[in-house]
Amino acid sequence: MAVLELKNVSKHFGAIQAVNDVSFALQAGEVIGLMGDNGAGKSTLAKMMAGNFRPSSGSIQMDGADIVMHRPVDARDHGIEIVHQDLALCDNLTAASNVFLGRELRKGIGPFKVLDYASMYTRAAEIFAELKSETRARDLVKKMSGGQRQAVAIGRTRLSNAKIVLMDEPTAAISVRQVAEVLNLIRRLRDQGITVVLISHRMPDVFEVADRVIVMRRGTKVADKAVADSSPEEVTGLITGAIQAV
Amino acid sequence: MTTSLSSTIDQKQETWISNLLGSQTFWVFIAVIAASIALSFATDAFATSKNLYNITRNVTFVAIIALGMTLVIITGGIDLSVGSVLCLCSMVLGVVMNAGYSLEIGIAASIGTALLVGAFNGVLIAYVGLPSFVVTLGMLSVARSLAMVASGNTVVFEFGPDHDLLLALGGGAWFFGIANPVMYMIILGLLTGFVLRWTRFGRHVFAIGGNEHAATLTGVPVKPIKVAVYMLSALSAGIAGIVQTGWLGAVTTNLGTGMELQVIAAAVIGGANLAGGGGTALGAIIGAMLIEVIRNSLGLLGINAFWQGTFIGGAILFAVMFDRLANYRRNT
Repeated sequence: MAVLELKNVSKHFGAIQAVNDVSFALQAGEVIGLMGDNGAGKSTLAKMMAGNFRPSSGSIQMDGADIVMHRPVDARDHGIEIVHQDLALCDNLTAASNVFLGRELRKGIGPFKVLDYASMYTRAAEIFAELKSETRARDLVKKMSGGQRQAVAIGRTRLSNAKIVLMDEPTAAISVRQVAEVLNLIRRLRDQGITVVLISHRMPDVFEVADRVIVMRRGTKVADKAVADSSPEEVTGLITGAIQAV
Repeated sequence: MTTSLSSTIDQKQETWISNLLGSQTFWVFIAVIAASIALSFATDAFATSKNLYNITRNVTFVAIIALGMTLVIITGGIDLSVGSVLCLCSMVLGVVMNAGYSLEIGIAASIGTALLVGAFNGVLIAYVGLPSFVVTLGMLSVARSLAMVASGNTVVFEFGPDHDLLLALGGGAWFFGIANPVMYMIILGLLTGFVLRWTRFGRHVFAIGGNEHAATLTGVPVKPIKVAVYMLSALSAGIAGIVQTGWLGAVTTNLGTGMELQVIAAAVIGGANLAGGGGTALGAIIGAMLIEVIRNSLGLLGINAFWQGTFIGGAILFAVMFDRLANYRRNT
């Protein structure tokens, strides 16, 4: 059974049809490259999966049951985590505080709970070690490199037992070495049975790590096929419209 | 490889000493101490117990409100209404007690007024999306006008059956000869410091100031927290108003005029970042201390009181410039 399934999902903003009758299913432990040109509807699609928007029509099913998400928190409760393109980090807080933002660990009795810094530092350090990232849990995000910031944002998705991780252009603004690290992380997530949706412009990254590629053009899905059966040339053609659909 | 990596990661780049030396609050504190020592040699009047008693008590009204203001400033907002809210809350207390009600009822009415005003500010800022500067500027005008309406623009100096109790509350010294307002300031300062450091609420206040969008995306209840922050700011003004009423023994409608600027100055001198995301409770109190020491010393040194604003303004500019310099050095 599919972990997440979109059935005939459409989204319009006034007269603008951003996403038109899109259906696909995501399996556990699968890496999907979601590709398309600017304005093709991939961001809108991702935002519907992340609970930012509700579909105008169609349904989203998780493990075979309909789910309705009003807010991003609802998506998180369903096990869908998102790594935002701008990473959504607070520069004035430490790496650990950012990882645990909105989900701070606390200790204490009854209503008298205080923040459990020790546990948060330990857990965050473990997460960074897993990511093989040179990120110190106690450092301020303000002082970090692009790759370290990425690790902090990705670290957030490791807190819960996420079933699906949506990554919005995770490799757009980091060094080549860090791209390799992020791709390794994606593989590690997949190995644990987590589904990763990689929203990306970077063809090499998608072809290196994804199992399947979904291509959007002008709000509709024009391709949904195994990466092994496709090629960067074909996907480029699909994105630009040189190839209509497959 | 793994060990060398993790040991490098574990190695702290900054010790507590370098943190201390980089902290604005620390240097302002040094300035307060240095000024105090210099003044005790320069004048006979400074280091007298009476003058120190006066200073510590005068600090408290600004410091208590600066605690609330610091919360607002950390979220990236500003509250210009605190001086007027202090006046309104004092007046509500005065009018209610003057009408023959007990101290408890007077305080409840006063605190209730403060929370209502804060909630009004907060809802307009968080839910309607108006700039905090504009909303609280409006409230600055509204609250003072309401204080005039409540009192008929008269001075209230008769506080009914609990008159003496109110005066003791503000003017007494119940613990080891420490003036009561100072005790309130210490308690509220510890409370604010605790909340900022050890509660989820405090973390979220910093997160909102650091990156409000990120806070929203990660599920921080941004809007309710912003409302709460403006309520706490108004509450701190209300508490200061109650204490000040007890200390002065009278309420006039020009109480707290221009006080918002002193309070903001105290918070900023103490290290609160007007761009949001930084500030401490201790800093607010130390900032208030520096302002009061400047005010007091100018008087004792026989310098014309008209110069006060220049010195306090200079301290604000110096503090902000220090912060800028420290950041500049860190980033290069």
